[in-house]
Amino acid sequence: MKEKRLINRRKAIAAGLTTIGGLLLSSCYKKPLPPTYGNILRMGDVFTYLAQRTLLPRQRPVRQYQQSDITSFPATGNTNPADPAIKASYNKDYAQLKSNDFKDWSLIIEGLVAKPGKYTMDDLKKLGERTQITRHQCEEGWSAIAEWTGVPLAALLQNAGILHNARFVSIYGYDNYAESIDLLDALHPQTILAYNMNGSSLPLQHGAPVRLRVETQIGYKSVKYVQRIAVTDKFIDAAGDGAAGWSWYTGI
Amino acid sequence: MAQLQHRRWVKGAHFIITLSFVALLFSGYVILMSHPRLYWGQAGNDLTPALFELPISRNYHHNGWDKSMPFYHQAGSPVSAARTYDIFNQNGWGRSTHFLAAWFLVITGVVYLLAGAFTGHFWRNLLPRLKEMRPGLYWRDFKAHFRKQTPAGPGPKYGLLQKTSYVLVIFVVLPVIVLTGLTMSPAITAAHPMLLDMFFGEASARTIHFFASALLLLFVIVHVVMVVRSGFKQNITAITIGKYHERKTAD
Repeated sequence: MKEKRLINRRKAIAAGLTTIGGLLLSSCYKKPLPPTYGNILRMGDVFTYLAQRTLLPRQRPVRQYQQSDITSFPATGNTNPADPAIKASYNKDYAQLKSNDFKDWSLIIEGLVAKPGKYTMDDLKKLGERTQITRHQCEEGWSAIAEWTGVPLAALLQNAGILHNARFVSIYGYDNYAESIDLLDALHPQTILAYNMNGSSLPLQHGAPVRLRVETQIGYKSVKYVQRIAVTDKFIDAAGDGAAGWSWYTGI
Repeated sequence: MAQLQHRRWVKGAHFIITLSFVALLFSGYVILMSHPRLYWGQAGNDLTPALFELPISRNYHHNGWDKSMPFYHQAGSPVSAARTYDIFNQNGWGRSTHFLAAWFLVITGVVYLLAGAFTGHFWRNLLPRLKEMRPGLYWRDFKAHFRKQTPAGPGPKYGLLQKTSYVLVIFVVLPVIVLTGLTMSPAITAAHPMLLDMFFGEASARTIHFFASALLLLFVIVHVVMVVRSGFKQNITAITIGKYHERKTAD
């Protein structure tokens, strides 16, 4: 009698774990889920992504602050891709662009858009402008408030003619860094390609000439030194699940 | 006084929450190590004044900053500086562990709260009666804790200080630590900006999160000491696998 109950309980636990695992590993979503990792830690991140996308009302703006709230702002991560001494982030093309004050800079857009091509800074500025004072939240634990001016990524994607089967947007930086975001974040009204910070052109250490701002996620999604944008229907972990092992979705 | 054994769902919740607490405490400490400075307000970083700093990693006072450049021309302008120091940072697995454990805590916690409310467990066993909540009675119970402990039975009925501390942890400290954790999420505060007002800003929420975790740790230490002093083996058996059996006395 006793033994029978024990087996039943064990069976129940095993069945429960299998169900949870099955749910997390996506059978309830027809399309494959973005993060590709199979390990246990990533299951929590996938669950967070699903929960936030399911439970939170969509496309709400993050809090915007006053001019007087602007704080000092550390520059971390890559701070100068034109410096050959820093091998990990050095880029010869970037060094050349910088030597000419980024006059020859242009943004490449490719993938699932009707009109793949290049946008110069003037082209971008014609698409619309948005200024916002928002809080940058770093995964390390600090935060900073700054004013950003740029063109909404949604306006660029619309202008390039994003196709109906598009699902993800990858943003590649000159500093050998890249990230991808889903369309909800890419089309969020506060997701911008910023060229001004605190009223002046973007400083070198903050990603000159153009950086991404993804205000609904942690700072490392906001790629600096933007070079190229690719629209895809498949999930691409553009960051490549790098050495740091950061989660793909980082809304918390 | 009749002793009740712990209900099965109480044991299950206690087990899962204990494991997630250990994972959360450890990963939380690792996350704090990468930026051991705490602030008050909407935002804070190495270039703004800290409320206090903790000497818990090589990042403490590292001073590895390039010369600072002001954003505006006027005096007192906010500044920027590039970091030249390779900081300690294990947040890749640290953050993911923290959030995975947090999911176990939150889901188990919600089930526990529902079960506790609907079975009458909270009302019957945890909430102190109004007539009990008198300074004199608290003082008497407090002093009693320093005398030699006779093995009290595990499970309800609980003592006055015991009930009060359980209620504070379950209904105040744990909800505060979960909500301040959520306040650090840009996606969640976009949807629910009132969190930022409740906890005086994101940087303040982080500081409150820290103090709440310190309170929880203090609670756990006292809890474990009391468990040991009031009969370790029978308490552990009662909260995990076994039923409570009346202890045979030697005389």
